[in-house]
Amino acid sequence: MKITRKDFLRISGLSLLAAGCKRAAESVSQPASSVRAASTQPVRWGMVIDLSKCREKDGCNACIHACNAAHNIPQIANHAHEVKWIWTEPDATVFPSAQTDFAPQTVTETKVPLLCNHCANPPCTRVCPTQATWKRDDGIVMMDWHRCIGCRYCVAACPYGSRSFNFEDPRPSIESINPDFPTRTKGVVEKCNFCEERLARGLKPACVDACPQRVFTFGNLADPESEPRQLLRERFAVQREPELGTGPSVFYLV
Amino acid sequence: MLMLDKALKGSRRYWMWLLCLLCVIVAGLCFYLRQLNQGLGITGLSRDVSWGLYIAQFTFFVGVAASAVMVVLPYYLHREKQFARVTILGEFLAIVSVIMCILFIFVDLGQPSRVLNIILYPSPRSLMFWDMVSLSGYLLLNAIVAFVTLRAEREETPAPRWIKPLAILSIPWAISIHTVTAFLYSGLAGRSFWLTAILAPRFLASAFSSGPALLILLCLALRKLTAYDVGKDAIRKLAVIMTYAMTINVFFVLVEVFTVFYAAIPEHTVHFEYLYLLGGGHNLAPWMWVSAIFAIAALVILFTPAWRRTQLPIACILVFTSLWLEKGLGLIVGGFVPSPLGAIAHYAPSLPEWTIVAGIWSVGAFLITVFYKIVLSVREEVES
Amino acid sequence: MRDRVWIFAGLAFFVAALTCPAWYAVANGKASNKSKPPNLELPANQKECVAPAGTMRAAHMQMLIQWREDVVRHGDRRFVAFNGKVYEKSLTRTCLGCHNKEQFCDRCHAYSGVSDPYCWNCHNDPQTVAGSRTRSTP
Repeated sequence: MKITRKDFLRISGLSLLAAGCKRAAESVSQPASSVRAASTQPVRWGMVIDLSKCREKDGCNACIHACNAAHNIPQIANHAHEVKWIWTEPDATVFPSAQTDFAPQTVTETKVPLLCNHCANPPCTRVCPTQATWKRDDGIVMMDWHRCIGCRYCVAACPYGSRSFNFEDPRPSIESINPDFPTRTKGVVEKCNFCEERLARGLKPACVDACPQRVFTFGNLADPESEPRQLLRERFAVQREPELGTGPSVFYLV
Repeated sequence: MLMLDKALKGSRRYWMWLLCLLCVIVAGLCFYLRQLNQGLGITGLSRDVSWGLYIAQFTFFVGVAASAVMVVLPYYLHREKQFARVTILGEFLAIVSVIMCILFIFVDLGQPSRVLNIILYPSPRSLMFWDMVSLSGYLLLNAIVAFVTLRAEREETPAPRWIKPLAILSIPWAISIHTVTAFLYSGLAGRSFWLTAILAPRFLASAFSSGPALLILLCLALRKLTAYDVGKDAIRKLAVIMTYAMTINVFFVLVEVFTVFYAAIPEHTVHFEYLYLLGGGHNLAPWMWVSAIFAIAALVILFTPAWRRTQLPIACILVFTSLWLEKGLGLIVGGFVPSPLGAIAHYAPSLPEWTIVAGIWSVGAFLITVFYKIVLSVREEVES
Repeated sequence: MRDRVWIFAGLAFFVAALTCPAWYAVANGKASNKSKPPNLELPANQKECVAPAGTMRAAHMQMLIQWREDVVRHGDRRFVAFNGKVYEKSLTRTCLGCHNKEQFCDRCHAYSGVSDPYCWNCHNDPQTVAGSRTRSTP
């Protein structure tokens, strides 16, 4: 059998096409979240923040410092380029729709700690064109800084302002580097990872451990007997903008 | 295939023009290298306004690209012979616009060396993936149709029969590129400025007026600078398309303004107040008013029989500038300010940002010059 | 052959452009010490790596990428080596726990002309940053 040049080109072109189709079909049929085999016990990490306890020690910021040190968060002087994982904002900013015109200033102006909500239905992971951010089976909205192309679509999609972009090389703005955690490079997006690296070692998130008031209660929301679930049973809690259908895993006791 | 040899013979004026454009391209490239080295911090972008001029320009030029359909559709579907001399110009304008779009996206990336991750890890849930698919498909379709018909013309044979289905396929495809681009924004729950179903229709209406406006200006320039005349009928028809598309666009904007202000949900009104409230210290507000006034002025000219024909170039410039300000600047920035946390961040494109944008514009002007040169040379050759 | 000058000038430019990395290396003296293999300092406290030396030499980058995917994307940090030993999949903790970056990684990378793998844009060498801060346990 003799293969003409035309046949050869045709066969090789078709094989390339078939290989490409196979890859595309695989990637479509296998969404990122199902990569990890489901464990026997469902886990959904979540956090309850007790604002009444936090108010008692206004301006303490121990949680922020602990997070900054653990994750090499740069302290950038230019506010436009700031990187924040956990930070505080006035109550009126965090819960704009929960305000009455007559609330006392002590409430509207208290600082409320903010972080990524690790939504059950995250809008940020939906828009990512490279699956550089995705929701893990344990509910953590994770970032892969090796894959992020820096398009900032997730920044636009996040309704909570939880995502920061590295507008410059963060290293010069880190006072002392924690060698156990990578810094980031310029041009990628980052955010709170619920201390995924500490959870893997059986520890609680850095902010939880650092708080002198024990404001943060961290645990498995899928387990009805967990600490956060008990708190949520006993007291009235709110989430940030639940009307958007994102299902935040961070709850606030007001 | 590309008939590039036709672009290598030109007058002194032609070469000087290309040289000037090349200088701007080099300036843009220099600033881009700086951006590559130092990061996007050298732009005016910030934590709150994380998309700016680059993405806004991308959006605008997707519109220009899509507008080629306004010459392809009448020519291929309705056999409007008046468009015979302008269709290919529209197709080349679309090709160049898509290339500019790709460049605008590219310079906006924080890690451009990883751009292929979009293909390596395809994510069909992301609208950006579909935007890539639709834009590259549209580029391919238009490139094939334009070059094959031109080649057939040079060889004085009829274009192959399979070209017509491709040209007709490019019509819905053009609609799709701008619809997908609108979905990019209108599907974001936290950005109430864009969270409106009118966004895609509004994008199309503005595209079908800004695109023909540019095409008319290019045709008029060709008539002035060369012997090539697309014909009065073609220009008149394009002007009619532009007029009605612009009217529909203004109508859509007013519909949006009514809904937002009559319902008066603060989350929706704040963005319009930021964009249009003069005296609030918002640097974009005067420009948004310029855009609005230009739009009205253009419509007045286009609807007045005495001015319609004589003042057409001015009307085109007004339409183009108005939409460039509205879509190529305000629409994207307005979605970010105030931020979901209510912060009013000041955004003004920086000098490097403007220069990089000017560089990409020059790439566009360079390519359109070369392509039109090829078209004109081929037609001249055939006619003589 | 009126264009001879242009043709040859163009060809010369093409050849120059094609070979410029080589000239650049020569000019910087990078190509001169090719004959002398780098003096790599091996860890004093360990005799065995996570894989045989030959495998590591040829494929440590693929292994690191595999580790990276496993840890970041699948939360899988346990590595069972060829000899049954269990390691943590970590560049900083496992690799740099034994190896000295400057005297091992950098020297060989410089020798083979890959002097700046972008790993180091983010990942830290515990020995260079240790002075600035006591090691915390995350």
